[in-house]
Amino acid sequence: MPKAVVIEKYCKSCSLCVDICPKKIMAISDQTNEKGYFVATCIDQDKCIGCALCATVCPDVAIDVYK
Amino acid sequence: MEEKVLLKGNEIIGEAAIRSGCKLFFGYPITPSTEVIEYLSANLPSQGGTVLQAEDEIGAINMCYGAACTGNRVMTASSSPGISLKQEGLSFSAAVELPMVVVNVNRCGPGLGGLGPAQSDYFQSVKGGGHGDYRLIVLAPSKAQELYDYTMEAFDLADQYRNPVMVLTDGYLGQTMEPVILKERPESPEFDRTWVVDGCEGREKRILASYSLTNEIGEANNRYWEAKYKAIQEVEQRWESFHAEDAEYLLVSYGTTGRICKSTVLNARKKGVKLGLIRPITLWPFPVKAFEPHLEKVKGIVTVELNTGQMIEDVKLAVECKVPVHLYHRQGGMLPTETEILDYVEEMIAKDTREVQA
Amino acid sequence: MKKVFSRTKGLTEVPFTFCPGCTHGTIMRLIAEVLEELDIIENTIGVSPVGCAGFSQDFFSCDFVGAAHGRAQAVGTGIKRALPHRTVFTYQGDGDIAAIGTQHAIHVAARGEKITSIMVNNAIYGMTGGQMAPTTLTDMKTSTSPFGRDPVTMGFPMDFPKVIAGIPGAAYVASVSVDSPKNIQKTKNAIRKAFKVQQAGLGFSLVSVLSTCPTNWGLTPVDSLQWLRDNMMPVYELGELKMTEEVAQL
Repeated sequence: MPKAVVIEKYCKSCSLCVDICPKKIMAISDQTNEKGYFVATCIDQDKCIGCALCATVCPDVAIDVYK
Repeated sequence: MEEKVLLKGNEIIGEAAIRSGCKLFFGYPITPSTEVIEYLSANLPSQGGTVLQAEDEIGAINMCYGAACTGNRVMTASSSPGISLKQEGLSFSAAVELPMVVVNVNRCGPGLGGLGPAQSDYFQSVKGGGHGDYRLIVLAPSKAQELYDYTMEAFDLADQYRNPVMVLTDGYLGQTMEPVILKERPESPEFDRTWVVDGCEGREKRILASYSLTNEIGEANNRYWEAKYKAIQEVEQRWESFHAEDAEYLLVSYGTTGRICKSTVLNARKKGVKLGLIRPITLWPFPVKAFEPHLEKVKGIVTVELNTGQMIEDVKLAVECKVPVHLYHRQGGMLPTETEILDYVEEMIAKDTREVQA
Repeated sequence: MKKVFSRTKGLTEVPFTFCPGCTHGTIMRLIAEVLEELDIIENTIGVSPVGCAGFSQDFFSCDFVGAAHGRAQAVGTGIKRALPHRTVFTYQGDGDIAAIGTQHAIHVAARGEKITSIMVNNAIYGMTGGQMAPTTLTDMKTSTSPFGRDPVTMGFPMDFPKVIAGIPGAAYVASVSVDSPKNIQKTKNAIRKAFKVQQAGLGFSLVSVLSTCPTNWGLTPVDSLQWLRDNMMPVYELGELKMTEEVAQL
């Protein structure tokens, strides 16, 4: 099952992953990381196709993708 | 093998660099230093070294910075306006603690000035000419043989202290042909190279940079450099005393004028004037210790300089105002004769005597 | 299940210090991936500039030297001349390479210096807080062109990679963008080629990358990407601007 995993400490809540995701399953959560950013998260892993577009555009290398 | 040759001062520096294991030279032509890059262009590549004429002095000093990061021996040479352009790079080199040799063949200024000999870059050389709080070790040769010897020494001092070292000469020394003995270089000691950046194969990565936005770290860094500078001041003060032991009056002069002053001292002695000379060899660290034995018995000091009076400030600090310090100076490329200097000394003595009598 | 995307070994674990959404991070990641893929992490010395990328040395896994503002390519030249068999790259902003350090950029190209330079063009000075850059667009407002860049008094924006492409020693010059996944891939290809040009000793290679500065542009990261497409792409020609015959055969 493909999945996108956000490494919370790197996330800066920029939303580029949210914008690019073709399945619209990335979202900014209400959880903050140690720097105080609301971290991005995959809200429906079942729909993830492992395309890695989120990781490709993430400027903080904060997303690992499994397929 | 030792050999005696006749070379121009600037060429002697080039030869000394080659024999010191200088592997890379980056420079930009400027009179009266140009023979350094010309000599090395002709002679360093055949010894396996690299000479690159940079786009400008800023490029040259920063190429030295890069090459010095790899642990190779590097040198650049220029004259006053060019040295001004190098100041930013020198500050960075001091901050990253890079060994390198920088030759300044001082011409007269300010501005574009002229090509004649001057000592007008004294402040710039010894007070840290660029931004921030740093020091260069500054060596001041006064004749051909010293151009050779001190240049060699400069490379060792640079490596020993991981600090840029300046050889401060002038247009007269640089352009004069004199015989010099090309002595075999003593074996260089092994220097620590565990800081160099040359690709992290088989070791942790290394960084050579001076960027710090944390004030606490900034202060710690400055204290570290300060301690290094203090250690250098303690052990590396060098000078030549010439007839100073019994002197009632002392000349203080370095480089070309230091050499002229020796004749002045000899002429004075013939006339019964007890004149001596302290010739600073390290301008930084300034040889404060040279003055200690003389403070009680010397009646007056004259600094002889080719500027508006710069080293005189360090002499006054060295003698803590216990002795009157006077200035005899020429400027704009002019050199004093030994007689002119003696005339001034005699005038000063006469004036002192009149004041004492009054 | 296998990992199809993870942090490259070319990067350390240190988080980037850039503002949210700033594409500096994307460009650095691509360089680091290329270093890993070409197996040259241990062979490479990077040179960092002054400005937002001034902390590059902390992010990459290779040896690094920090240069004064604009001097990265002169420093890189010194390193490369001392260590001709090592890979040397500089990472510089537009102000660094196309204003304060232009003389070095011109002359590393003229000498065909065997180093690779990555230029990041975001049309503004980021670290100092949004001042006019040589790449600031006509009429674009910055803190030092508060009424918009007027070419009559402030000069025109300069398409710097084209300047370098016109110099004989430049073997490979590419202008790319990181606004989309497709362009990010093109950027990586260009960076890979630039490093291969250096490895083959073919001359100087430059990759200029259009990048965003959401903070100083006053836009969201997503809107910044669109702004880049709408405003920068018409001015800055994209593509492989220069490729010598030897490079084409690589």
